[in-house]
Amino acid sequence: MVDQSKALIEFIADMKEEEALALAKEMLGSGYDPLAILDHCRKAMEIVGQRFEAGEYFLPELMLAGEMLTQIGDEAKPLLKDSDSEGEVSSKGTVVIATVHGDLHDIGKNIVTFMLDINGYNVVDLGIDVPVDTIVESIKEHEPAVVGLSGFLTLAFDAMKETIEAIEEAGFREQTKIMIGGGQVDDNVKVYTGADAFGRNAMDAVSLCGGWIAQAV
Amino acid sequence: MPEPKTAEEKFQERLAAWLSTEGKPFESGEIARTYKERAKRFMDVVDLKEPKQVPTVMMAAGFVAAYGGISLADTFYDAEKTAQANRKYLEDFQPEYLLAGGGMPIGKALDILGYTMYKWPGGDLPDDTPFQFVEGEYMPVEEYDQLIRNPEGYVLRNYYPRIFKNLKGLENLPSFFEPAEIVGVAKLLMPLATPQMQETLGKIAEAIEYLRSGIDAAMQSSTENLGRFGVPSLASTLTFAPFDLLADSMRGTRGALTDMYRCPDKLLAACDALVDASVRMGIAGGLPGGPFVCIPLHKGADAFMSKEQFEKFYWPSFKAQLEGIIEAGMIPLPFVEGSYNNGRLDVIAASDLPAGKTVWLFDQTDMKLAKEKLGGFACIGGNVPSSLFATGTPEKMEDHCKKLIDDIAPGGGFFLAPGVVVDNAKPENVHAFLRTAGKFGVY
Repeated sequence: MVDQSKALIEFIADMKEEEALALAKEMLGSGYDPLAILDHCRKAMEIVGQRFEAGEYFLPELMLAGEMLTQIGDEAKPLLKDSDSEGEVSSKGTVVIATVHGDLHDIGKNIVTFMLDINGYNVVDLGIDVPVDTIVESIKEHEPAVVGLSGFLTLAFDAMKETIEAIEEAGFREQTKIMIGGGQVDDNVKVYTGADAFGRNAMDAVSLCGGWIAQAV
Repeated sequence: MPEPKTAEEKFQERLAAWLSTEGKPFESGEIARTYKERAKRFMDVVDLKEPKQVPTVMMAAGFVAAYGGISLADTFYDAEKTAQANRKYLEDFQPEYLLAGGGMPIGKALDILGYTMYKWPGGDLPDDTPFQFVEGEYMPVEEYDQLIRNPEGYVLRNYYPRIFKNLKGLENLPSFFEPAEIVGVAKLLMPLATPQMQETLGKIAEAIEYLRSGIDAAMQSSTENLGRFGVPSLASTLTFAPFDLLADSMRGTRGALTDMYRCPDKLLAACDALVDASVRMGIAGGLPGGPFVCIPLHKGADAFMSKEQFEKFYWPSFKAQLEGIIEAGMIPLPFVEGSYNNGRLDVIAASDLPAGKTVWLFDQTDMKLAKEKLGGFACIGGNVPSSLFATGTPEKMEDHCKKLIDDIAPGGGFFLAPGVVVDNAKPENVHAFLRTAGKFGVY
């Protein structure tokens, strides 16, 4: 049993999709606890995340890992008992993330969501082209420690600025750290939009959240 | 039969036509001389020489509309307003070169064809939101073999009906080999006579009709502007790297990148199969005579894949494309979006591509690194951040450009350019960008 779980984690972390799926099915078929399978997946994702941070893995691996997770999850979840409380892992904190209005790009945002998620944050991903009001409403509802605004177009500079102004007007600016990122975002844009920080990649986002949330605690 | 022309002969012909002032409607001898001086000066940097002054290449896209007081939707739907905005931009800023532009009035044609792969202002997007790609898997993985066997046939019959919702009839196109036999001509034409095909062909004719008036107006305005302002165009035509053709618009980002693990051989075979089309897209069309082929590069950048994946999946077909374009007597102008700081420049520099036959435009690549790796091999430019245009000040703009010139210009082979096409900008920052080379970039 120990060997099987170790093998499953390795298959996922080493991008061996067919082997990972076959083994997961075999384990579930022989009565292996589905919750434990999901936990192995989580461990494998941590390894994938570490390799991504180390510059060993890139987008192909994150995307394939994500798909393996979904496929194994689809097999395991129907077998969970009602009493199983899947996913009730204590989170380091909540992050609301969105691509700002007018911008339809989501590749970068999705990587940030993925990396924050496997680093233990509760991520509320609002999607693309998100209106200012939706972001403000979400802050009201989820009281996140951090808000991440993403945008690929230079048009997003103004949309980020508007969004941050609206967060301020709604009275949530004090309690919320705001990070921005995406294609053309740099220090000039940080100053222009009034964000607290910008990140060039998903690792920046993880360390920004880490720094802010550790401070708050 | 005469000997076929060599690549160099084809290039020299094209270059001579581009440099020539004959037959171009310059309004004065002075404007003709200005044109010629600019064109020759750009060729100096392509040839890796020191020019008299660093060429400054402004890439004004959405900015032309914003400055001209028209909406982005107008640039898709109103040829006259677009022409006025272009003229005002050229008049007020007097840029040295044209790369990218203020828009082509193709909106109505897109509407008629039912093009679904992009959204654009005045179509599904608000009037002032730039056009954007709709990410998706437009080619399922099962269709790789069809694409590999017959790329253009596959695209016409299987892919077009998906990305143009009003061209469903193309699914039933006959084989174009039918005329091999006399009766075959009838077999060629019969499928074209069905009501569904007639409707599809009608839509194409209708789109062309709308396009023709718009394109005629745009061409006329660009000819007038050439005569009035003497600005050489560097963007005669546009194409994409084979991997990007596949990963952007066919398999989608997720599809293509996971195919690296799931079906790497098919992915590679498909990239190879697309080389020919990607070369033809580059050398066909565009303005007559211009030697440059712009190739915006997307998914081979640092953020997308490892150096090893770049070497294995992105580079071989891209290199074959570059060779094909050079062989046709033209100069590829790859535009590296994102950055190539992770090993890619070594791969490019170590290739056997000829020196002085490519021009590289960089977005966020470290320019000192680019100079170090590509110096003596290829002309480079770019890297002025979009954020400086949109949010900076003229002083900051000048400082950035001066530093870039001080660092990279010595020895030649360098031009000043933004890192991406400019949509949002304060006019004073554009002025500052355009005047810096005259102040600090004279050799």
